[in-house]
Amino acid sequence: MKRRTFDPKQIPTRAANEIDSRFQLARGLRAGLINKVFPDHWSFLLGEIALFSFILLLLTGTFLALFFDPSMEEVVYDGAFTPLRGVEMSKAYASSLDLSFEVRGGLVMRQMHHWAALLFLAAIFVHMFRIFFTGAFRKPRETNWLIGIVLLNLAFFEGFVGYSLPDDALSGTGLRIASGITLSVPLVGTWVHHALFGGEFPGTVVLPRFYILHVFLLPGLLVALIAAHIGLVFKQKHTQWPGPGRTEHNVVGYRMIPNYISKQASFNMIVFGLIALMSGLFQINPIWLFGPYKGEVVSSASQPDWYVMFMDGMIRLFPPWEIRAFGYTVPAAFFPAVLGLGLAITLVAIYPFLERRFTGDHGYHNLLQRPRDVPARTALGAAVIAFYMVNFLSGVNDVIADKFQISLNAMTWAGRIGVIVLPAAAYYATYRICLGLQQHDREVLAHGVETGVIRRLPNGQFIEVHQPLATPDEHGHGELEYAGAPVPKKMNRLGALVPAVKGFFVPVERPTEAPVSPAPKREEITAGSE
Amino acid sequence: MTAGQTTSPAPDREVFDRDPRLDREPVASRFDLVREGFRRDGVEILHYEPRFQISGTKEEKRVVRLVAGCFLLTGLAALAFVAVYAFWPWEYQQGDVTDASKWYTPLLGITLGLAFLGIGFGIAIWAKKLLPEEIAVQDRHDGPSPDDERRLTSATLAQMGADTGIARRPLLKGALVAGLAPMGIAAVVPLGALLKDPHAGGDPLLHTGFDPALNDGKLVHLVHQDGEPVRPEDVSVGGQLTVFPGVPGGSTNKYADSPTLLIHLRAGDADQARRNALPTNEDAQWGNFVAYSKICTHVGCPASLYEQQTNKLLCPCHQSQFLITDNARPVFGPATRRLPQLPITVDEEGFFVAKSDYKVPVGPAFWERP
Repeated sequence: MKRRTFDPKQIPTRAANEIDSRFQLARGLRAGLINKVFPDHWSFLLGEIALFSFILLLLTGTFLALFFDPSMEEVVYDGAFTPLRGVEMSKAYASSLDLSFEVRGGLVMRQMHHWAALLFLAAIFVHMFRIFFTGAFRKPRETNWLIGIVLLNLAFFEGFVGYSLPDDALSGTGLRIASGITLSVPLVGTWVHHALFGGEFPGTVVLPRFYILHVFLLPGLLVALIAAHIGLVFKQKHTQWPGPGRTEHNVVGYRMIPNYISKQASFNMIVFGLIALMSGLFQINPIWLFGPYKGEVVSSASQPDWYVMFMDGMIRLFPPWEIRAFGYTVPAAFFPAVLGLGLAITLVAIYPFLERRFTGDHGYHNLLQRPRDVPARTALGAAVIAFYMVNFLSGVNDVIADKFQISLNAMTWAGRIGVIVLPAAAYYATYRICLGLQQHDREVLAHGVETGVIRRLPNGQFIEVHQPLATPDEHGHGELEYAGAPVPKKMNRLGALVPAVKGFFVPVERPTEAPVSPAPKREEITAGSE
Repeated sequence: MTAGQTTSPAPDREVFDRDPRLDREPVASRFDLVREGFRRDGVEILHYEPRFQISGTKEEKRVVRLVAGCFLLTGLAALAFVAVYAFWPWEYQQGDVTDASKWYTPLLGITLGLAFLGIGFGIAIWAKKLLPEEIAVQDRHDGPSPDDERRLTSATLAQMGADTGIARRPLLKGALVAGLAPMGIAAVVPLGALLKDPHAGGDPLLHTGFDPALNDGKLVHLVHQDGEPVRPEDVSVGGQLTVFPGVPGGSTNKYADSPTLLIHLRAGDADQARRNALPTNEDAQWGNFVAYSKICTHVGCPASLYEQQTNKLLCPCHQSQFLITDNARPVFGPATRRLPQLPITVDEEGFFVAKSDYKVPVGPAFWERP
């Protein structure tokens, strides 16, 4: 029998052969993954921040779950944090304290989990803005928009449920507000409330129930939907900005492997790194300062995590109106917190279909739109953001009133008026700005780029010389059509800037042919028009 | 091509798959093969060039050193993380801010962060400065599937339906619906275990710990957090105190709806409060003392910021304000209803007791609230 020689260099080849002979991956791997072309733009990476934060949430959350106990059984604290020794508290709060003080590295893990959660939601919002303002939700991508909205809602609840778990005074207050809002639902409010809390607030079952939601049900749904979300991006191919050679029927960019995957991996690590730095350096949710939750305890400046502040602001601003009729009550909190928020989310969810209905545009769209080119949509988005921001800031109106010495009631009234006036103002201003930007694009295409060179004509008139972007006609006008892509507006964009010499004190590299590289020749701009 | 190096006989598939172009002489270069792959995958490479036309230049070496430096930084930072994690004093010390343990969390964050950032920037520089520059174009295939595929699939689906014969066998159709619908309900119904009648057991939403029925019919004391009964002398004029029902566990979250604010009004304000008292709040006041539920009628936060000068009680969650001298009427913010007043008196031993439970339900409103 022939002795087989062992050559370590052959291992990858042999392994690849063995795998391929079983799974026939040669074509799929190449055509489906390596040679898949992705378009490139910084704004395409916003959703990735959410994805990477989510991965970090899964990792740190698993660590926390090894030590956290969601039980609401009362115990007397006897741990390392001396100011709370002898205080009665739930096991959930006690184990959160232990995680902060008595688990090695537990505090940094807790803070990473919390910072990643805040970033997760922030990235989802910014990503959604990008999709909205560039029209990336249009056919054929409406399904992914809907999945995204569901993800946003799940993330909101996942965040809120997690925030409630430590059972400190602040999170308990948030939970109590959630209880009040649940009770406010007509017809079924008390039944839903009792199903959730197992009786009157707070009871002893709500945190264990939240725990299973937080660590199993909601993350499971999130994982599944994130997979579907990304799978659809893969299947339908990413949208791209208009530009040279880019059409509705192609993708211009670079291949998944090695370029795209490298940038992804590097961005992933940078997001992880920044969250880790923040978690070490910036305190977040110092639960030991708040004490355990007690029904009668609250402090001024009770704010939820940022993503709930919008809702909190709406509840603060809503006037004291409730409906009492036929012996039944619809409490005031129902209108902003359940009806208002539900309506807002529904409108956002069906926006792609509304827009299609109003514009009658049923075509396929793979090229993105610059926000200025769709003034009505952009202005609508600005109005929604204005509405959001007024409510968001009203969620901290007590802190603003305190720090800036403003009357609290004035803050509330400013919010009530602002929530109606500012969106309208934002709509109008944004619409005008969009039109102005459109006009300027056309102007540059027709007349050229401002050079900053002032020329005096024989008759004494001063004019600025413009650099046309195309050969001008006899009137000095170019003939370029606007193509939905950015128009160069500075001479530097046309290559007027001398290439930078690399190196700090001495040039790193000199061209081999010349001992000293001559300065690139600057030519006076002669071809030009007013 | 690895065919020459494998000892096993070539599998049969290869005979069919082999494209003669790949074996043409002279042997196709690797990049030719790559390009053939592009062609088959619908990818066109418009631009492809190495970052450094001449390899081994100073600039290239500088970039390589930079990338290597990033990875080495990660190695160092990761080792530092491990060392800090394992050896740095970490146990919490109360007070002493100069204690080394106070640096434990920041050091973990910094070392871990640097470790991640090192890999991140290393790969980023590698990708941006060393990988060949490329611009590739790939076709998209939008729109519906090809017509013939659609026809084949719809025919297959129709055949599938016909095979089951569901259209021809109405009994099966009916039986299927009649069978599956209850099955669907059966799948959901175990969630009914969560349901709990909110009005069972004496309608707890309408009662608090001050209900004498919970205390064997005896009047319930107003007690401090530690369970000590409250005397009038415990609250100075203009002062306020959170009191709890004097029942076992009265100050715990078991009675989260019971915390009450006992306020010692100044004489003038007390007279005003007495004059303003509504029929429900008749005789609820004892001397210059009033007791109001601390649970906001809006969504249930403790309304606990008492402004002595104006006799207003502010809820810090949503800024509802209640005027104590007028039956705790909501004067600002989103709250619509007054804070319920607890009728109080002082028993023969000189301790505060609640004359009865609150006359109206405490806390946030709900649909069937009487």
